[in-house]
Amino acid sequence: MGAGAQALTHAAELLVTLDPGLVQIVSLSLRVSFAAVVIATLAGLPLGATIAVARFPGRQVLIVILNALLGLPSVVVGLAVYLLLSRAGPLGSMGILFTPSAMVFAQAILVAPIIAALSRQSIEDAWREYEEQLRSLGAAPVQAGLTLVWDCRFSLLTTVLAGFGRAVAEVGAVMIVGGNIDGVTRVMTTAIALETSMGDLPLALGLGFILLSLVLALNAAAQVIKEAAQHRYG
Amino acid sequence: MNAVRRLLLAALLAAAHFAALPAGAQQKFITVASTTSTEQSGLFGHLLPIYAKKTGVQVRVVALGTGQALDVARRGDADVVFVHDKPAEEKFVAEGFGVARREVMYNDFVLIGPKSDPAQVAGGKDIVVAFGKIRAAQAPIVSRGDRSGTHSAELRLWKMAGIGLAAARGPWYRDTGSGMGPALNTASSMNAYILADRGTWLSFKNRGELTIVVEGDQRLFNQYGVILVNPAKHPHVKKELGQAFIDWIVSDEGQRAIAGYKIGGEQLFFPNAKRG
Amino acid sequence: MQTLLPLRLEDLCFEARGRGIIQGISLEFEAGSRTVILGPNGAGKSVLLRLCHGLLAPTSGRVVWNRSGAANGRHRQAMVFQRPVMLRRSALANIAYGLKLAGVGRSERQARAQRALEELGLAQLAGRFARVLSGGEQQRLALARAWALEPEVLFLDEPTANLDPAATREIEAAISRIGAAGTKIIMVTHDLGAAKRLADDIVFLHEGRVLERAGATRFFKGPASREAAAFLQGELI
Repeated sequence: MGAGAQALTHAAELLVTLDPGLVQIVSLSLRVSFAAVVIATLAGLPLGATIAVARFPGRQVLIVILNALLGLPSVVVGLAVYLLLSRAGPLGSMGILFTPSAMVFAQAILVAPIIAALSRQSIEDAWREYEEQLRSLGAAPVQAGLTLVWDCRFSLLTTVLAGFGRAVAEVGAVMIVGGNIDGVTRVMTTAIALETSMGDLPLALGLGFILLSLVLALNAAAQVIKEAAQHRYG
Repeated sequence: MNAVRRLLLAALLAAAHFAALPAGAQQKFITVASTTSTEQSGLFGHLLPIYAKKTGVQVRVVALGTGQALDVARRGDADVVFVHDKPAEEKFVAEGFGVARREVMYNDFVLIGPKSDPAQVAGGKDIVVAFGKIRAAQAPIVSRGDRSGTHSAELRLWKMAGIGLAAARGPWYRDTGSGMGPALNTASSMNAYILADRGTWLSFKNRGELTIVVEGDQRLFNQYGVILVNPAKHPHVKKELGQAFIDWIVSDEGQRAIAGYKIGGEQLFFPNAKRG
Repeated sequence: MQTLLPLRLEDLCFEARGRGIIQGISLEFEAGSRTVILGPNGAGKSVLLRLCHGLLAPTSGRVVWNRSGAANGRHRQAMVFQRPVMLRRSALANIAYGLKLAGVGRSERQARAQRALEELGLAQLAGRFARVLSGGEQQRLALARAWALEPEVLFLDEPTANLDPAATREIEAAISRIGAAGTKIIMVTHDLGAAKRLADDIVFLHEGRVLERAGATRFFKGPASREAAAFLQGELI
C-alpha cells in the first residue's frame, strides 16, 4: 500500500470513528482561525476601504507595503508576537502566551494585511465605477466607503475566505506562540508537524487530507452562495 | 507606542481572548518547557493523565529543544523546565533563573545508521571510536544543530574523539537545525548516521533502512533533570503548583509511573531521582 | 427658500494633462427652459456638465449659483449619467438610498421612492434587484432616483446613448414631464434627434468653447457658425 493510500485510510478511519482527539484539534483550529479572521476583518476591512476611497499623501507607499505584507512569513509574525506576549515582553503581564488567545492574536496579525490588501483592490475597482454617482448623490467619504463595502459584499466574502485559508493553514506562528500543547493549543497544522517529526508520515498526510477537505468544503459553500447571490443581485 | 494604539491593541487582545476562550471553566495548570524527546516518545502522554487524575492540575508541555526550552524559561514563560543537558541546566541555575535542579530519570543515546553501514561501526561498544570511523570514512551523518540536549551530547562526543568540527566539516556532516524527529526523517531519507535518544527512536515510525548500530557505551548516558523557574526572577511563576509537580515526579509514585512507560514491552526511561 | 438658479459660469477653464478641455466659457442658465448642450464628440460637453454639477473643480474661473453655498444644497441638483450606476439592492432601495443621503427621514423615504417609481412606470419592479433590470429600465430607475430628490436642476449626460428606440422614447417622455413639472433640465447630447425633440434652447460647444447659444427653433433653422451648420449637415467636424 502506497503512502497516499495509507494516508487516505488513516483519514477515513479518524473521520469514521470521530476520534475525540481529532475532533478537539479540528474544533480548536476552526475556532482560533475564525476568531482571528473576525478580528482581522474588523481591522483590515475599514483600512482597505479607506485606502480605496481616500486620497492622501503616502497612499501609494501604504499600498505597496500592504501588498508586500501578503507575503509576510508566519514564523516572523510568530516570533514578533512571542516577544510581545512573553513575560519579559511589553504585554507579558497578560499571561496569554501558550494559550489559544495568543494564537488568535498572531493569526489576526497575519491575516489583517490580506483582508486589507484584497478588499482595497475590490473596493477600489467598485469605487471607480460608483464614484461619480455617489458623489452626485452627496455621499460623504465614510458613507461612500460603507456603501461600497456593502455592495462588494460577495467579492469580500472571497477575501475573508482567503484570509481564513491562510490562517487555518499556517503553522509557523501558532507553533511558536501556542507551543503545540496537547489538548490546549494543538491545532491541525501543528499536529501534522508533530506527526511528521515522529515519522508517522501516513497519519500526518491523513490529517493533511482532512484539513484540505475542510478548507475545500468551506470554499465550495462560499462559491455556491456567491454564485446564487450574483445571479440574484446582479 | 502612543496611548491610542496601546488601547486599540489591548482591545484587540481582549477580543482575541474572548473569542478563543474554551467553553469549560479555567482549570488549574502549570506550563512546563520540555524537550521533544520526552514529548514525542509519548512519556508525557503517559504521565500527565496520572498526575491530573491525582491532583486536578493540568500540566501543559511546550516541547522544544533543550536550549530553546531553557531560553523560554529564562524569559519567564514557563513554570518548570524538564530537559536533558546537565551542563546547560547547571548554568541555568547558576545564573539564578532556576531554583534547584533535581535529577529525574535517564535513558541513553544510540547511534543510528543505515543497515549497509558504510563506516563499519555496527556492533561496536565504543561510541568515540565509532565517531572517529565515521569521520574517517566521511560517511554522511546528520546533526540536530539546534542547541538541544542531543546536539550538546553529539558535540561532546566529537570533542572526545579529538575531532575539531570546524576544520573537519564537509558535505558528509549535515547540520539540519531541526528537532529530533525531522532530523531522523532526514537521516532516513539519505541513509545517514545520526545520534538519537532511544525514546524518540523507539517511537519513530519512518525508519526506512535505519537501525541501531552502536549502543551501550556509558558515555551515551542521557540524564534528565527538572528545575523550578526562580520565582524571585519571575514573580508570576506558579511556585506551589510547580514545586508540587516536581515533588511528585521525584517521589516513589512518580518514579514508578516513569518506569511503567513501555513501548512494545521495552522500558524507555529509567527513574534515578535521589531521595531529597 | 431661495432658488439655485440662475447658474452662472464665469470664464470657466479646465485642463487635463496640459490640454485645455474647457477654454474660457461664460454662460448663464435660467430657470424654466430645457437647455441642450450639443456638439461633436470631444467638444468638452460632459466635462462642462461635471464642472456645473461640482464633480470636477475648474482649473480657473467660477461656477456661481444664485444661492451661495449651493454645494451644501447638492440634493437640490441631480445628475443622470450615460451609464446608470445601480447599487446591489432593490429598485426601491436604490431610490431610498439617494433620499437618505439627501437627509430625508426614514418614514418619508419609502413613500417618496414609491411615488418616483410610479412616476417612471416602474412600480411593478420595486422589489426587483436593480442590477438585473434591462438597460432601459435601469436608466429609467436612475431618472426616478434623480426625480425623487425633487431637484431644482437636473443634469443629464447622454442619457439615451446606450438605449434602443423604445427605451429612448420612454426616457425622453419622462424628461419632458420632469421639465414640465418645473425642474430645470440641462442635458448633454451629440444626438441631433434627441436635441430637436427636447431642447428649448441650445448651447453649441466645439473644442472647449461655446460657439453658439440660441433658441432651439432658430438654431436648427439657421445656425450662425460654420461648425454648427456642418454639424447639423451630419458632417464630421
